[in-house]
Amino acid sequence: MPPKRKNDTIIKVEDVGMEVDAVLDSGSEDEARRRNKTRRAKTQRKAKQVSDDEDNEEDEDEAQKKRGRKKRNKPQDSDQDDEEDKRSGRRKRSKASRRNAANEESDEESEEERGERKKGARAVSKRDKDDPNKEKKGNAKEKDGANKGSEKDRKKKNGKKSSSSFSSSSSESDEESLSEGEMAALKEQVEEKKKLIATLRNKPWRMKKRLVLLKEAQEFVERFEGALGKGKGRKLYAFKVMMTKKIIKFKRDFENFKTACIPWERKIKEVESHFGSSVASYFIFLRWMYGLNLILFGFMFGLVVLPEALMGLPYGSIPRKTVPRDEQDTAMDFSVLFEFGGYCKYSFLFYGYYNSDRTTGVLKFRLPLSYLLTGVGIFGYSLMVVIRTMARNANEGGDGADEGEFTFSWKMFTSWDYLIGNPETADNKYASITTSFKESIVDEQENQKDENIHLRRFLRILANLLILCCLGGSGYLIYFVVKRSQDFAKMDPADLTWFEKNEVEFVMSLLGLVCPPLFETIAELEDYHPRIALKWQLGRIFALFLGNLYTFLFALFDEVTGKLETEKSLKNATDWALNEYYANYSAHFNTTDVPQPIVHPADVVRGPCWETAVGIEFVKLIVSDVEVTYLTILIGDFARALLVRFLNYCWCWDLEAGFPSYAEFDISGNVLGLIFNQGMIWMGAFYAPGLVGLNVLRLLTSMYYQCWAVMACNVPHQRVFKASRSNNFYMGLLLLVLFLSLLPVVYTIMTLPPSFDCGPFSGQERMYDVVMETIEQDLPAFIGNIFTYATNPGLIMPAVLLMVLAIYYLNTVSKGYQQANLDLKKKMQMARDEEKNRRNNKDSTNQVMKDLEDLLPNKSLIPPPTKEEPPSDVVIEKGSKSTKMKPGSAGKGVNLQKEVSLAAPNPRGPVTHAPRPRGGAPGNARGPQPGPGRGRGRGHL
Amino acid sequence: MGTTASQLSKESLSEYQELTFLTKQEILLAHKRFTELLNKSEKGDPNVRIPMNKINSLPELKSNPFKDRICCVFSTSEHKDGSLTFEDFLDLLSAFSDSATLEIKSHYAFRIFDFDDDGTLDRSDLEKLVNCLTGETEETKLSPDEMRQLISNILEESDIDKDGTVNLSEFQHVISRSPDFVSSFKIVL
Repeated sequence: MPPKRKNDTIIKVEDVGMEVDAVLDSGSEDEARRRNKTRRAKTQRKAKQVSDDEDNEEDEDEAQKKRGRKKRNKPQDSDQDDEEDKRSGRRKRSKASRRNAANEESDEESEEERGERKKGARAVSKRDKDDPNKEKKGNAKEKDGANKGSEKDRKKKNGKKSSSSFSSSSSESDEESLSEGEMAALKEQVEEKKKLIATLRNKPWRMKKRLVLLKEAQEFVERFEGALGKGKGRKLYAFKVMMTKKIIKFKRDFENFKTACIPWERKIKEVESHFGSSVASYFIFLRWMYGLNLILFGFMFGLVVLPEALMGLPYGSIPRKTVPRDEQDTAMDFSVLFEFGGYCKYSFLFYGYYNSDRTTGVLKFRLPLSYLLTGVGIFGYSLMVVIRTMARNANEGGDGADEGEFTFSWKMFTSWDYLIGNPETADNKYASITTSFKESIVDEQENQKDENIHLRRFLRILANLLILCCLGGSGYLIYFVVKRSQDFAKMDPADLTWFEKNEVEFVMSLLGLVCPPLFETIAELEDYHPRIALKWQLGRIFALFLGNLYTFLFALFDEVTGKLETEKSLKNATDWALNEYYANYSAHFNTTDVPQPIVHPADVVRGPCWETAVGIEFVKLIVSDVEVTYLTILIGDFARALLVRFLNYCWCWDLEAGFPSYAEFDISGNVLGLIFNQGMIWMGAFYAPGLVGLNVLRLLTSMYYQCWAVMACNVPHQRVFKASRSNNFYMGLLLLVLFLSLLPVVYTIMTLPPSFDCGPFSGQERMYDVVMETIEQDLPAFIGNIFTYATNPGLIMPAVLLMVLAIYYLNTVSKGYQQANLDLKKKMQMARDEEKNRRNNKDSTNQVMKDLEDLLPNKSLIPPPTKEEPPSDVVIEKGSKSTKMKPGSAGKGVNLQKEVSLAAPNPRGPVTHAPRPRGGAPGNARGPQPGPGRGRGRGHL
Repeated sequence: MGTTASQLSKESLSEYQELTFLTKQEILLAHKRFTELLNKSEKGDPNVRIPMNKINSLPELKSNPFKDRICCVFSTSEHKDGSLTFEDFLDLLSAFSDSATLEIKSHYAFRIFDFDDDGTLDRSDLEKLVNCLTGETEETKLSPDEMRQLISNILEESDIDKDGTVNLSEFQHVISRSPDFVSSFKIVL
């Protein structure tokens, strides 16, 4: 709102007379005073106040808005008052109706009141000079209204009423209604108060003040909310108000309930206080994963397992739900069950158990369809959740300023982790902060001096070669082991040792255990900065896990194709035998009505059911992973801690400080382990619906076990890394793993033929045929038609094209924004440089700007630093500049020197301090307004 | 918790919820922890103050190098002794809570770092801050040279208007870019 208009309105008000509401007056007076102050401020020019004034500015903005709004109302208001004046004059003469008299009385009273209020407002404004709460002034009217008794309030309202209703129509105004303008204004005020209530917690004020303000605002809202809805809409309005109140309360309670429901808050907090936020971030991630898995488990259990278990055929009714005859003897043995053979294999844990009837039970539940959709839906849901979390994290984390821009300041201002509540951790933190300070100082001083770049390069290449060898070797090992296990599978299980049976899982877990430390050792060769080294390490472990997983998968697919072959021959043989049987039967009994051959379900010849085999592989993998992880913790952490702790009494060197010492919690390794575990769950869930439930159990125990292990036997990190930066990094890895685990599942659904005698899709050509079948048979024909059209390549191609174009467009837009950001940053930098130079020697480093400056007479391009600064000063400086410096060598050397010499004895240094009230709380201290230049501008940037 | 819940009236509880970033449970817990620090005789008094050293004995604050500053900043005491009433205590927890905004957090962080309460971070403030961060022991302390270098680097980065001090808006500008300020500027009971 430009101040000019303000003046206009003030004049208008004066023309009209003093009938306008006093607040406006006091407001404008106040405004004028403040403007005076601002002027004064400008003349004094205090850079220091910028900070405090940001608060003020905000408040002032609000106040101005308010005033602006009032002004909008004002012209018409004053017109009204004008008219009313005349009318009242007439009325005075006639003194016709009682009501008029009453109105007049109220008018008078309100006038009186106004005077009072004016005084009050002035007093308030004086009192609040040092108070950031300018709103008080803006709302003086309401506050006064609230402060006075209800009687006066009524009167005031009457006064208002008279001023508005008379002007609007006639003296026969309706007692009960306020004019629309008044209503709107009141409503706005009420809304404002509500907003104030909602945002009060964002104000850095003392609790007492906030309490007072809150009470006032609430009182006001309560008082006037009722007044708003008069007449017809009153009840509805009251109801609405009540409902909003209830809803707010409910929301708050719900919020409370939600936070109360978050499990392990205390546990994590305990870990947090011992190890800082980075270790806690792992547990938070674990908890998040647990929640996700719980939901996935709900889907799987509710839509697949439960219907089959409740409504499907019971165990033993059909071959796929029965243990075959030759396995029945050992089906209950622990060793068999432990490897998920026997009864486990033919239970609802695995794919093969599910029946392929189109509908099951009285509910006509379409189990095959549900199975497929749940299997795919799990991926869809996970994808959605992960991406949403990533987006939220991206919004929360800083706006991605350049890393190097504020290295020191960040180290200084944000390096302390306030969650640390453990002296030992605090000591570590001190040490790590000190080293980081020292390091960065050294970095800054030396700026990466490489003593022997060739050796370093050679070592790095060597390290990478070694790691590639490791990766290749581990991949080959897994492939070899899986191949061998296929050979073992053909042999009699009785001849095999336990190790031979579980070789694959064992080797995979072992590789996951051995390789990361190996990588770490090799990475010593490279001598990267720890942060970069951590990234490399993560990348390598990721590659290892991924490579292992995919080798495993490929080997598994080899196996599957083998199984498919045997299945085909078996199916042919069965068909042939059945045909023979039919032929024999009809020939023998001379009838075409051939009954089904009576075979006990356990004796039926059956195929290998490759889906169940894959499922079992995954489950075994998970179980062995859990075993290895837990054992590692037990031995690597717990036993080591015990050893160090108690052998330390009788050992020749200090075990705690020396070689073995206590273990540190390996955050990145644990997070990656969790991510890959999840990837296996996603992949395996389709073949083994019970896997999700197993995983829920695993995460649950993990939570307690690892929490205990961390608290019992780990020590805080020497170098404490911050967590938040890597949060989205982990999420990104999770997304990648999700995508990679999606691939094999979709591949099997779309291309491989399902087993002919087990699982929900038996008898189908492809798994997705279930969907087609449903569309064709159960849905109305037109939907089928729509589907056919939609799957037409002619439609899909343009859709894909459209998406590509949209991506391209969005990409371009984001690039544009980036460019704009860069420009703004550059502008800021330039302004900063300018400011610096002006401060130091009134010279511009920017050649272009300087040229322009020389051309223009009054230097309008760059806002002059101060208004009152004598122009002669600049001229002199200019002169001196031209004499001192050779043209064209507006070099940095000179400037730098000056900077160094002039920065410290800043001529304005002492001035900035003097007039400020010292000792008072800086947030509350009210200073003059900032100059037009930087403070404001930067605030908007 | 039953006794503590009854001590906090329903209205004040809801008001506190309105005015802080804390949930009901957190307020109740805070109240419980607060009353635990009180003597028997003081328990009924709503305006009782807890002296700074007692507050600092809370495990959450015990190893914080800024504990004295935190108490001073949040204290409404007339004598500037850093003693806290329950409302001050809630203010503290609210500012350090999970859901407090960056604005609030940076504002209070600034005041915590502003050791001499003059509204700007000047060299002496920064020096004290560095000493707080590096700990008091000899081996972690920075040498005077390093200190000078460090502080001038910091001023170079964040003192935008080049007046030799860092003021609140400059501070907030720096802090708002930091990825992990909000996540680490937390104290949870």
